[in-house]
Amino acid sequence: MNTKTLVYVLKRVALAVLTVWVVITVTFFVMRAVPGGPFASEKAITPAAQAALEAKYGLDKPVMEQYFTYLKDIVTKFEFGPSLKQRGRNVIDIITDGMKTSSKLGVAAALIALVSGIVLGSVAALRRNKIIDKVIMVVTTAFVSMPSFIIGSLLLILFAITFHILPANGNADGGMILPVVTLSLYPMAYITRLTRSSMLDVLGQDYIRTAKAKGVSGNKIIFKHALKNSLIPVLTYFGPMLAYIVTGSLVVEQIFAVPGIGRSFVNSITNRDYTLIMGTTIVLATLIVVMNLVTDILYKVVDPRINLE
Amino acid sequence: MNKKPLSLHIDVEKLIPATEEEKEYIVKMRPSTTFFRDGAKRFLKNKVATVSLIVVLLITLTSIFLPMFWPYSYEQQLGIEPGKAVDSTYNNLAPFEYGATEQAKIDAGEKVFPHVFGTDSQGRDYFIRVVYGTRISLAVGFFASLIVLVIGLTIGSVAGYFGGKIDLIIMRIIDIIYSLPDTLMVILLSSVLGPVLEGVITGTVFAKLGANMISLFIVFAVLYWVSMARLIRGQILSLREQEYVLASQATGAKGRWIIRKHLIPNCISVIIISTALQIPNAIFTESYLSFLGLGVNAPMPSLGSLAAEALNGINSYPFRLVFPAIVISLVVLSLNLFGDGLRDAFDPKLNS
Repeated sequence: MNTKTLVYVLKRVALAVLTVWVVITVTFFVMRAVPGGPFASEKAITPAAQAALEAKYGLDKPVMEQYFTYLKDIVTKFEFGPSLKQRGRNVIDIITDGMKTSSKLGVAAALIALVSGIVLGSVAALRRNKIIDKVIMVVTTAFVSMPSFIIGSLLLILFAITFHILPANGNADGGMILPVVTLSLYPMAYITRLTRSSMLDVLGQDYIRTAKAKGVSGNKIIFKHALKNSLIPVLTYFGPMLAYIVTGSLVVEQIFAVPGIGRSFVNSITNRDYTLIMGTTIVLATLIVVMNLVTDILYKVVDPRINLE
Repeated sequence: MNKKPLSLHIDVEKLIPATEEEKEYIVKMRPSTTFFRDGAKRFLKNKVATVSLIVVLLITLTSIFLPMFWPYSYEQQLGIEPGKAVDSTYNNLAPFEYGATEQAKIDAGEKVFPHVFGTDSQGRDYFIRVVYGTRISLAVGFFASLIVLVIGLTIGSVAGYFGGKIDLIIMRIIDIIYSLPDTLMVILLSSVLGPVLEGVITGTVFAKLGANMISLFIVFAVLYWVSMARLIRGQILSLREQEYVLASQATGAKGRWIIRKHLIPNCISVIIISTALQIPNAIFTESYLSFLGLGVNAPMPSLGSLAAEALNGINSYPFRLVFPAIVISLVVLSLNLFGDGLRDAFDPKLNS
């Protein structure tokens, strides 16, 4: 790593830290701007009880003091305070609980999307303008234009309601199949298109022609020369893919009743459980920012031709 | 050849009228085309893009004009008539089924306009709800993109023109907003803006739009201008350095001429294309938020909220999900293909 790369990495890390701080700050002050405070929805509450509640959650202190306490707790203890609606539970516990299910869902979806996307994209590129290429392109175009909740609901109708092949509930045996497939279709379609175009680009390069002229076998050209280089653009998609999977899981977990972080986030919005909303937003946002950071740095390290801007 | 080069005597042959053959050199074979006519021609050659333009136009016109002629309105609960008990036979009708009083009319030989897609759980004609929802979704997409365009254009050109410190500050702000996870921020802001706006707008014209819809526009105005601003700043920066601008300056062109003849024509196609591609994005976001319950306020439908409502009764009435699902996919797909076609036809830099 030369100094230029190091400077770039440091700059990106600084930007990421700044972004996370902005997320925390925006989330905190936005939540404080809600009229009536977090207990406004509570029915017929006496002023004394209201004051007691506010004292319990530290809401009676000046806003700036609350803010610094909140920031300090997150940075030093990774602590987001208690949930307002699920009594006796801490936000971080609810998040880690949900994460156990959601991470399985997300990782499975990402792996399926990666593998099948790369395979389909390579096939389409190698059989360019043949029927199979056209079919793959039409299908992926359709998937890219469908919101995740539409894909999920249609799969639900097709496989769970009409044909009864798979369970509609995420808790049942094999219940994770539909959510995983739903979540993986969009990134799969995207990766297919990405792989296809970059593969076509690489196949037109001089070094491929040289390899062919030297008499290297077709398979060796594809796997040794073409595939490796055409996967670099796919690498850049890792960050956006994670962001998609995180936001997609919000609706997918809702549709299939998967007890993950996305579902608890959506429920916390409907219940106005403000500390949970804040905690989940911050954790998920940090996850996405970190993943984008890793992707960007990896990208520059893997391909030294890329100009560090 | 003139034998006496110094003679002032006029060569009579030069005064003979031109023959038809000679005239043909001057006749314009075809009128010179403008940039836009040229682009439109290229666009219409692209079959996929033309078809998607037609689909977009059809859907848009239908969603605007059909509700005027349709005998039912999107919020009219057919089972409820003033002074009578609620007629629940109108709720949850399948396509082309009729409510009890309508059935009686048909039996008596009267004609009743059919409920093409049936009715929803409140006894509202579902077809007109889908049409109206399409209108709302399209309108949200269009106006959100317009907001993004105006803000992005202003800030982007300010950054591009003034450069220096202003540019630096604006670009750092853009960097931060750009790296924020947009959907999460959208959810957060709209879940909070909704209740905040509720109190502010009651009694004003905005009340009809609903707090959620306005908060959606605000969210777009706050978060989504960044890529547009980046794009326009980059365009202006690079266009200013182009040789033809320099050449124009060297031949004595004034700033206004350069802006009108060089900067705007070269910039505007990029602006139009990215605005066009922003529309399906906005529709996507709106439907996503509506699906999570943060979109338009009931009884106003949007494609996302219709899909979300349909999910509750999915076991008994799966078709109610299929209609908005198909429309939304069709709209987003054809808008995307239309935008791609525009880019291919109008972006001069891609024509290699």
